[in-house]
Amino acid sequence: MRPRLLEWLRQGASGRSAVSALPLLWLVLFFLAPFLIVLKISFSEARLAMPPYAALVEWTHERVLAIQLHLANYHFLFTDPLYGNSFLYSLRVAALSTLACLLLGYPMALAIARASPARRNLLLMLVILPFWTSFLLRVYAWIGLLKDDGVINNLLLALHLIDAPIAMVNTSFAVYIGIVYSYLPFMVLPLYSNLEKHDASLLEAAADLGAPPWKAFLRVTWPLSIPGVVAGAMLVFIPAVGEFVIPSLMGSANQLMIGRVLSDEFFENRDWPVASAVAIVVLIVLLGPIVIFQRYRSRELAGAA
Amino acid sequence: MSARRVLLLPTILAFGFAFLYLPILSMIVFSFNASRLVTVWDAAHSPTLKWYGELFHNQQIIDAAVLSLKIAAMNATGATILGTMAGFALVRFGRFRGRALLAALTTAPLVLPEIITGLSLLLLFVAMEQLLGWPSSRGVTTITLAHISFSLSYVAVIVQSRLIGFDQSLEEAALDLGARPAKVFARITLPLIAPALLSGWLLSFTLSWDDVVISQFVAGPGASTLPMVIFSKVRLGVSPDVNALATLMVSIVAVGAVSAALLLQRRERRRERDLRLALADPGGG
Repeated sequence: MRPRLLEWLRQGASGRSAVSALPLLWLVLFFLAPFLIVLKISFSEARLAMPPYAALVEWTHERVLAIQLHLANYHFLFTDPLYGNSFLYSLRVAALSTLACLLLGYPMALAIARASPARRNLLLMLVILPFWTSFLLRVYAWIGLLKDDGVINNLLLALHLIDAPIAMVNTSFAVYIGIVYSYLPFMVLPLYSNLEKHDASLLEAAADLGAPPWKAFLRVTWPLSIPGVVAGAMLVFIPAVGEFVIPSLMGSANQLMIGRVLSDEFFENRDWPVASAVAIVVLIVLLGPIVIFQRYRSRELAGAA
Repeated sequence: MSARRVLLLPTILAFGFAFLYLPILSMIVFSFNASRLVTVWDAAHSPTLKWYGELFHNQQIIDAAVLSLKIAAMNATGATILGTMAGFALVRFGRFRGRALLAALTTAPLVLPEIITGLSLLLLFVAMEQLLGWPSSRGVTTITLAHISFSLSYVAVIVQSRLIGFDQSLEEAALDLGARPAKVFARITLPLIAPALLSGWLLSFTLSWDDVVISQFVAGPGASTLPMVIFSKVRLGVSPDVNALATLMVSIVAVGAVSAALLLQRRERRRERDLRLALADPGGG
């Protein structure tokens, strides 16, 4: 950095610290502190009171500071099969949806990246546009299509392809459709921004050397696009694991995803400690993917500088 | 490249767009359907605007929409201010105390499942109420605070990427010419990052306008945002006035997006023309 600029920054040191301190304080108060509270409550005992949990740290009557870590909530999560099942179900739904997003999103991103520059912006806008319209209403639109008396069943019945409506809504199938539909743009956009940077002459060289297009793709395009694939996959997988709205509106009542279990524990059973323990376990499970995504993002930012 | 391959990609692209747009299209069509059975087309009485009429007489939806607009605007403004500060600090300030923490905390909301964010914020508000007596009830204030907390990260990301590709020579020149730092910021830096601030504001607005999970956690019984009302309506079953509402919202976004794109394109063309003229006339007019 140029000396003048450094001087400017140094002069404004007091204003500077306010600029960095204000958002930092905000995030510590509204993001870090809440997590510590969740962690704390996950170790406490449920009580019939408001708030419905016991304090961890208490002054007992002998003026002794008593700290009780209550591990029963976690033990409960690992012994009651409801939690294990919904965890595995959530992970499976998230993983398969991510794969489906990749299978559909990769060719889309590639097609956009190889379109003429004039067309690219239009196509890209068409991918982003649904993202700006209400997520809830887009999920709702699918219910109208998939219902027993919905558009798809009516169409198939009218064409005499089926005799009775196919049950599609309130099944896992609907959950997959809903998640792939809602998160597809999150897969396409990072893939596009990766694929768009590829040097076309590499593919020309491969073709000149006699490689058929599929081979050029496997040996050149795919390896170069791995960072984009990872970023897109994490952007779909992480929120999909905790997805709440789509399974609530489209999923079956017998197979609950973990987000729904957390919400039910909290609102229906009013068991805040167990809900908090579920949140902590989800967080621990997602820590790996989150770290991978963060590493990718900081590399991208460094590369752009 | 073989002809088959050339056709394969556009075919999948077209399929992808059909997948993205057909549900929305069908929802728009059925918003003009007279039948209460949302998906059965009543040819005798359709198209009709009766669901739109019903929508504008539904006080619950109107109140919720007004509340959501208010929260979204407050959230977008707060998040833009705080997010810009965070983005600016992260790119421009070099090393400072708390930088690593700030960097980690600004990306956390981007990758956390909403349900965890919602739960933890509600538990925070409950704890604050016990310790400080504030916020005494949950509603507009808590929803807005919660929305700002996750929206500011998106603004920070946008501002960061704008600042990283930023030519600092203009600021340098202004400083050399004796402008005070505050003036340099207001007259040069701010106008140059204005597009990033605008897109940050719009994105925060949309995130808040769209949010149902976090709002549901931190809202008290008194405050229902539009997504919360829609969510409970849809849970009870598909209803035709929701089709009308969705059509209105999609149209507003589409008109906004298309006009923004046209505006950008025109500006881009003008810039290119100016550039061509400048290059064609090396003597300088």
